[in-house]
Amino acid sequence: MLLRLAQRFLVLLASLLAASALVFAFMQVLPGDPARVALGMNSSEESVDQLREQFGLDRSLIVQYADWLRGMVTLDLGVEWVSKAEIAPQLIDRLAVTGWLVITAMALALVVAVPVGTWMAVRHRHLDGVVLSAISQIGVAVPAFLAGIILITYFAKRWQWFPSGGWVPPAEDPLGFLSRLALPAVALALVQASILARYVRSAVLEVLREDYLRTARAKGLRPMQALTRHGLRNAAIPIVTVLGLQLATLLIGAVVVERVFVIPGLGSFLLDSVASRELITVQTIVMVLVAAVLIINFLVDALYLAIDPRLRTGGR
Amino acid sequence: MSGRRINAPLVVGGLLVLLVVIMALVSYVWTPYEFKFLPVPKEQPPNAEHWLGTDRSARDVLTQILLGARTTLFVGVVAVGVAALIGVPVGILAAMSPGRFGQLIMRGNDILLAFPALLLAIMFSTLYGGGTTIAMIAIGIATIPAFARITRSGALQVINTEYVAASRVAGHGPLAIAWKHVLPNVTGLVIVQASVSFAIAILAEAALSYLGLGTPTGEPSWGRMLLESQNVLHRSPHLAIIPGAAIAVAVLGFNLFGDGLRDYLDPKLEGR
Repeated sequence: MLLRLAQRFLVLLASLLAASALVFAFMQVLPGDPARVALGMNSSEESVDQLREQFGLDRSLIVQYADWLRGMVTLDLGVEWVSKAEIAPQLIDRLAVTGWLVITAMALALVVAVPVGTWMAVRHRHLDGVVLSAISQIGVAVPAFLAGIILITYFAKRWQWFPSGGWVPPAEDPLGFLSRLALPAVALALVQASILARYVRSAVLEVLREDYLRTARAKGLRPMQALTRHGLRNAAIPIVTVLGLQLATLLIGAVVVERVFVIPGLGSFLLDSVASRELITVQTIVMVLVAAVLIINFLVDALYLAIDPRLRTGGR
Repeated sequence: MSGRRINAPLVVGGLLVLLVVIMALVSYVWTPYEFKFLPVPKEQPPNAEHWLGTDRSARDVLTQILLGARTTLFVGVVAVGVAALIGVPVGILAAMSPGRFGQLIMRGNDILLAFPALLLAIMFSTLYGGGTTIAMIAIGIATIPAFARITRSGALQVINTEYVAASRVAGHGPLAIAWKHVLPNVTGLVIVQASVSFAIAILAEAALSYLGLGTPTGEPSWGRMLLESQNVLHRSPHLAIIPGAAIAVAVLGFNLFGDGLRDYLDPKLEGR
């Protein structure tokens, strides 16, 4: 098992390296002059040259790439081109904000999706199962930012139960933190719960058809008992995979939801940097998000090995 | 299992997709008003003259919804088209290449898979300033891995069959085999993937336009309507709900259609 884990880890490192090269290539090698983009099309030749020199853009691409990589590993990312603010501390602060949002949303989604999805599967031939299933299909079709806009309209603007946006750190004002976290987390969770519930449903349906469950029923367990004792562990395997993928889409969904709720997370940082054309900052945030996706995939694989003993010996 | 059966998701999804297509087609011959500022009150709720009301610049909402269907479908068709045109050959190549090379292609594919459409589009818009074309290309590139993956898995099943072996013995080259045997056998999978990817493309375009990085000002788009509704939500919620519903209907339609088609093409999977 350790050997397989080590193998997967090496693949992760190679993927991270390849992804960073891809991000760099997209941003730097594609036609377009980064310095000119940053300063705008009407900037003078002189100021463009100056920026190029100051940030080492006149060096070879290989050197720039190596420099950027070293910066990310040592968390010494330098300063922004125009505002001259340090990148690394901002990145860490904002990552924490997005982390709160994404993890809360995922937890909410799980708490709703596992029981609802199981119910949908057990009752799939009954009206309530079919209706829930239809509702979850609709939930999948509503993007998180749209759910956010609708939540703001009613819960913040019309009834004024929650603030319509903003952010305070949990240590500063726990209540204010929770009230500001509630709507964006629910907006993200609604969609996720719908998607997740559908996967839970099909995973449980699959398990319900297995012989060992029929055996459990035959020895006198009721459907729910049989399921909780013998079925859910097996249903968990496909669900864990989806969970990993969903965490990645949540992260991207958060980019837009942060804009809806004016939350100073990684997504707002990315969009602000796009607006002010801070190429290196954009490049770095994109890399952080892609790295998060790859690392989550790796963790899912590792969790897989822990859940399913059959995979540990290899030779899948 | 009595072979292929029409199922509910296929029918409902098909009808919803048809509805969006009809809206787009109708907009070519008729819209209730022109897409411009009208000399009428702003932010009217739905009424007899303006069936879906007017927006904060006194433009007719129904007109924008009809024209927006065009934008939505156009972005989806181009993005999914780009992804399929590149992804399908890549998938077949990966399946037919012996050993390491095929694996290498799929490793590269997995890395591209870590780039979500929205992220790629945001990244490109830094360099090229956003817009519909950039959005379509970025969403298309991000969707390539999905097609490559599904095509490869379908192709692998065909390649090991006896009739492909027979074709090889008969002296047909790899290109001929790919064209005559592999491609027809993955078509179903690819169409299902196209429907699902279409839904994802619609979501990505809506999000981009909402962020102001997609369809530019002055062009009708459901995502942009959401952006423009944001400051008047408290008094005119219909300005967000109507384009939101349009997006949801389109996404729901393509999702259901893809699901239904998958079951229709593979009756063994029914009920999943």
